[in-house]
Amino acid sequence: MTATISQTAPISHSSSGERAVILVEDVHKYYDLGETRVHALRGVSASIERGEFVSIMGASGGGKSTFMNILGCLDKPTSGRYILEGTEVSKLDKKELALIRNRKIGFVFQGFNLLARTTAQENVELPTLYAQVSRDEGRKRAHESLELVGLGDRTHHYPSQLSGGQQQRVAIARALVNRPSILLADEPTGNLDSRTAVEIMDIFQKLNDKGLTIILVTHEPDVAQFAKRSLFFRDGKIRKDEAVLNRPVASEVLKNMPILED
Amino acid sequence: MDLMAIIRIAMRALARNKLRSILTMLGIIIGVGAVIAMVSVGQGAQQQAQQQIAAMGSNMLYVSSGTVNRNGMRMGWGATKTLVMEDMDAIKKECPAVRDAAPGSQTTAQVVFGSDNWATNIIGTSPQYFDVRTWPFAEGTSFTQDDVTTAANVAVIGETVRKNLFGATEPVGETININNIPFQVTGVLSMKGTSGGFGQDQDDVILIPITTLQKKITGQDWLRWIMVSAISRQASYAAQEQITAVLRDRHRIRPGEDDDFFVRNLADIAQLADQNAQLFTILLGSIASISLIVGGIGIMNIMLVSVTERTREIGIRMAIGATEGDVQQQFLIEAIVLSLAGGAIGIFSGLAASYLITHTLHWPVLVSPAAIIAAVIFSMAVGIFFGFYPARKAARLDPIEALRYE
Repeated sequence: MTATISQTAPISHSSSGERAVILVEDVHKYYDLGETRVHALRGVSASIERGEFVSIMGASGGGKSTFMNILGCLDKPTSGRYILEGTEVSKLDKKELALIRNRKIGFVFQGFNLLARTTAQENVELPTLYAQVSRDEGRKRAHESLELVGLGDRTHHYPSQLSGGQQQRVAIARALVNRPSILLADEPTGNLDSRTAVEIMDIFQKLNDKGLTIILVTHEPDVAQFAKRSLFFRDGKIRKDEAVLNRPVASEVLKNMPILED
Repeated sequence: MDLMAIIRIAMRALARNKLRSILTMLGIIIGVGAVIAMVSVGQGAQQQAQQQIAAMGSNMLYVSSGTVNRNGMRMGWGATKTLVMEDMDAIKKECPAVRDAAPGSQTTAQVVFGSDNWATNIIGTSPQYFDVRTWPFAEGTSFTQDDVTTAANVAVIGETVRKNLFGATEPVGETININNIPFQVTGVLSMKGTSGGFGQDQDDVILIPITTLQKKITGQDWLRWIMVSAISRQASYAAQEQITAVLRDRHRIRPGEDDDFFVRNLADIAQLADQNAQLFTILLGSIASISLIVGGIGIMNIMLVSVTERTREIGIRMAIGATEGDVQQQFLIEAIVLSLAGGAIGIFSGLAASYLITHTLHWPVLVSPAAIIAAVIFSMAVGIFFGFYPARKAARLDPIEALRYE
């Protein structure tokens, strides 16, 4: 198993982009709910290359969550192929999928999903515990990850002692700690105020500049504009696939945003 | 994922919920503690029963004169006058399983020493008595066979009698009066304690030669009983049969007629007491085991609540790369850690309880290592058994559903 998963280099990938990180071919997904069959994805094909920053847009029920779950190896397509870094993921069993999630995918969720009563440091270490990484190495990486998102001084704080933006940054650090190939963010700004949302986008843009492939699911066009490319989902299909024009730089936007007074 | 890492994760998860973890352990603590304390009490009782039986004399048989039926009125054991000195001689001579024997008859009398007096049992016997009953002397010696032959006025006293008549005075060589007849004290017996089978103070006694008792005090020439020691515990049953045969023959009892004597084998009593104590241990142990099972159910209950409550956590762990096996092992190890830690604390509380029982209730307590080992193994088994189902449930969760769980 380990042979098929090459240990990827840290965040700074070579931006050659000669091969797609994600290749999805004619993916269908049905859910059987008793009598009725829900057709969540009706033939989705897409290719995402290394170093891209893709937003996935669309109304709820359009299939973007299902697509996200399949990309994240939490779910399997009913038919079609999904190839992640040359591995045909749609053929793997549960245990192999868990390994892929651990090594190749970093998740960021809307609700942060940090473990309560667990320090920022320990939350970030969590993926390394499942990754055959030594304790010292895990600690070191967790600390580096936290510094990368600007929380090097908050390592021993509990989630309840951190603001929403800080919690989301801990979640991003956790997603990065095993040096994944892709970062999957599912409505990462949904629970945040507009300034904090831009701060998170700033982090994403900076990580992307260093070569990390990012896929961002959102229904807010304001957030999606920070990505380089947008996929629009409707009725289980990709309806539009376009490059973002006039992409703003989050750090510049932040300079012009008022800091909210409490 | 290596086991140490999973144990670490499980320990952290338990540490996040300290109060709950401790309350969950409490069931096991009480269960293991109860098993150890109760089995210790039971084994203590067993040991005490064995000691009391050993105190009555080893391999002993008690031959008593029999019952008589006079015009429909049954007189009870010891009513016949047919058991005599010659019977004892015959038993010693003709029964190969018999090692030694001592005759006996008894009465109660008022005993006077100086200004003190005391009512006690007077037993007439021979020097073999002390050997048959394995009863050592604290001071002085026994009267001799010559004293028996000459019906000398000599006496051996028990500890209770010494205490009541002599106090601080040295008794050996002093003269006491039994029914106004002077007796010289030759020895004091060591303390024997209360008899297990009969519940009487065995030290409240004065022993004099059988002939002296018969001729000078009671005026009766028959025996109440003969104490016999067999050559071994196993041989006591053979001895019982041989004595019965000899006595039936000597008393000319025809086949089909009832014995006019009674042979009681103390090995029977010993066995019965042993069985009772064993039953007591099993009873106490099984009641305590039930509390251990209840403790296990408590663990299962809490683990199930914990799995439901931590559904989201399970989802997160699966999303970041935990396999089903990792999740199952984590919850199973949490259950085992709870039950083992509870078991360890339970051992200490069980030992503490045993100690308290010994020192406050003065019950004999025997802590057995076997009970401790069994408790540890059992509590671990409880953890595995009752932790398995919740762990399986956790591992089977769908990560997508689990992440959405509120």
